[in-house]
Amino acid sequence: MAQYSYFGVLLVCLLGTAWLEFLLRTRVYRRVIRLSLAILPVLIIFSMWDSYAIAAGHWTFDTHFVTGWIAYSGIPIEEIFFFIVIPICSILTLEAVRSAKGWVVGDEGSEG
Amino acid sequence: MTYTQLSISAVIIAIIFDLVIFRTMLLRRKVFWTSYAIIIIFQLVSNGILTGFRIVRYNGKAILGSSTPLDRAPAFLGDGRIAFAPVEDLFFGFSLVLLTLVTWVWLGGLGIQREPRSGPPHSKVAKFFD
Repeated sequence: MAQYSYFGVLLVCLLGTAWLEFLLRTRVYRRVIRLSLAILPVLIIFSMWDSYAIAAGHWTFDTHFVTGWIAYSGIPIEEIFFFIVIPICSILTLEAVRSAKGWVVGDEGSEG
Repeated sequence: MTYTQLSISAVIIAIIFDLVIFRTMLLRRKVFWTSYAIIIIFQLVSNGILTGFRIVRYNGKAILGSSTPLDRAPAFLGDGRIAFAPVEDLFFGFSLVLLTLVTWVWLGGLGIQREPRSGPPHSKVAKFFD
């Protein structure tokens, strides 16, 4: 089971923020097009960074704690999921704070 | 480039995207700083697990502190680390979060799925946020 450690951390992040969608009515998962478009540039840029950092030896992954599946360019599949999960958690947090506080975010449009 | 140089560059680039290119101005809003204050707490915990258990190891040549030891956990605090993780991870995380939120808010400003809007909180939890 140890090889699923990194995936486990990501799963806890996803489950730990999921309740915001219901109890704070963040409606982030319901806006899946906007969510996907927001994740995509970050996913591309940070994957490139990750690929460079792995090639340059900036960081390595303990083979006991990752599945060993490589997405591409030496990047463990867990890292790709990291660049999807963390943006989702971040957006859920922003929308939860907006829901709770009603503060201006800057995307309200003319009627907002 | 070292991780130190790259992570500081990423913060500067993310700031330029927010204030100059997309002009989302999140850095001037309390909604951003409140969200980031929540996020950084959970980042320190989850990243502390990844770095403290040495799931991810760092090369001392690329960071301010020394390499992740082979036989034990890195320093919890000190030697260029905060909660086991290199301080560079805080810059990495900040740029990742800011760039994500800038893109999300920019898309909303364009009118892409601005609806359905968030809130109000469910009646069962609303009293906690008054």
